[in-house]
Amino acid sequence: MTNAIRSPRGINRRGFLDNGQTFLSAGVIALLAGCTTNAAMPMSSGSAEGDVAILNVALSLEHEAIDAYQLGAESKLLDKPVLDVAVLFQGHHKEHRDALAATVRKLGGTPVEPKMMNDYATVLNAGAIKSQGDILVLAAKLERGAANAYLGVIPSFKDTELAKIAGRLAADETMHWTALAGALKQNLPQKALSFAA
Amino acid sequence: MRHLLAAALVVSSLPADAADADRGATLYEERCTGCHSLDANRVGPKHRGVFGRKAGGVPDFRYSNGVGNSTVVWDETTLDRWLANPQGFIAGARMGFRVGEAADRADLIAFLKRESGK
Repeated sequence: MTNAIRSPRGINRRGFLDNGQTFLSAGVIALLAGCTTNAAMPMSSGSAEGDVAILNVALSLEHEAIDAYQLGAESKLLDKPVLDVAVLFQGHHKEHRDALAATVRKLGGTPVEPKMMNDYATVLNAGAIKSQGDILVLAAKLERGAANAYLGVIPSFKDTELAKIAGRLAADETMHWTALAGALKQNLPQKALSFAA
Repeated sequence: MRHLLAAALVVSSLPADAADADRGATLYEERCTGCHSLDANRVGPKHRGVFGRKAGGVPDFRYSNGVGNSTVVWDETTLDRWLANPQGFIAGARMGFRVGEAADRADLIAFLKRESGK
């Protein structure tokens, strides 16, 4: 077991490289500081409540992704180089989680809490995973789904700052998917504009 | 003139492009499985049997008040409006994901209808 997946308290559901640091993107930092391109707080979807709801759905996705990578790491099926990439990608999702939660609070909402790991294991059918390849297939599917989800919510944000954040999050997920698809030797899309319309 | 009229009648009787449930299956896999699945509640509720079901009708999923209290029943029309703009269709909905292309919505709906046994 590498140091990367063991915290001083042993492995726990938050222990994956959880060193307490929160890295927020420049755009999110600006949002949190109220320093948007407009002086007023961003308003989207006609109501802050609608934006909080969308952001909490995104946060739910990030919780699932974090635990999905945790399940993969704890399976002991991953070769060291693959495990290192899983750790890296999980770290990205933790940054997404922290940024989304902070934005939800800033908008006056309550960030949604993660489910229990067993719940994620059940809905993701973790019991069917028998190989490193199975883990990579699941991860690629989740990352592509997340990329499309972030792209798909962009029109619902009337505020360009939140829309931009969704776009940047989608870019991260697309990067993850591309790396995983390459590891699986999947063909790249032959047509342009293959992600959410 | 009679030839032109006959041709017009033939054209007018041709069926409009039918929605493609198989393409809808691909779109569902690519675009919807980030949050949903057919048989398990995830970020969003499961979709098996959604066609003909009342909005907020999956018993073990925690819906928003907007969707939970809605009287909408899912069919081609309501699903099309929902997928085009969920929060615009049902106030208070949490889902912000939109399917912008009408043909994509039609194919997704055809898939969901098929998977609902309709």
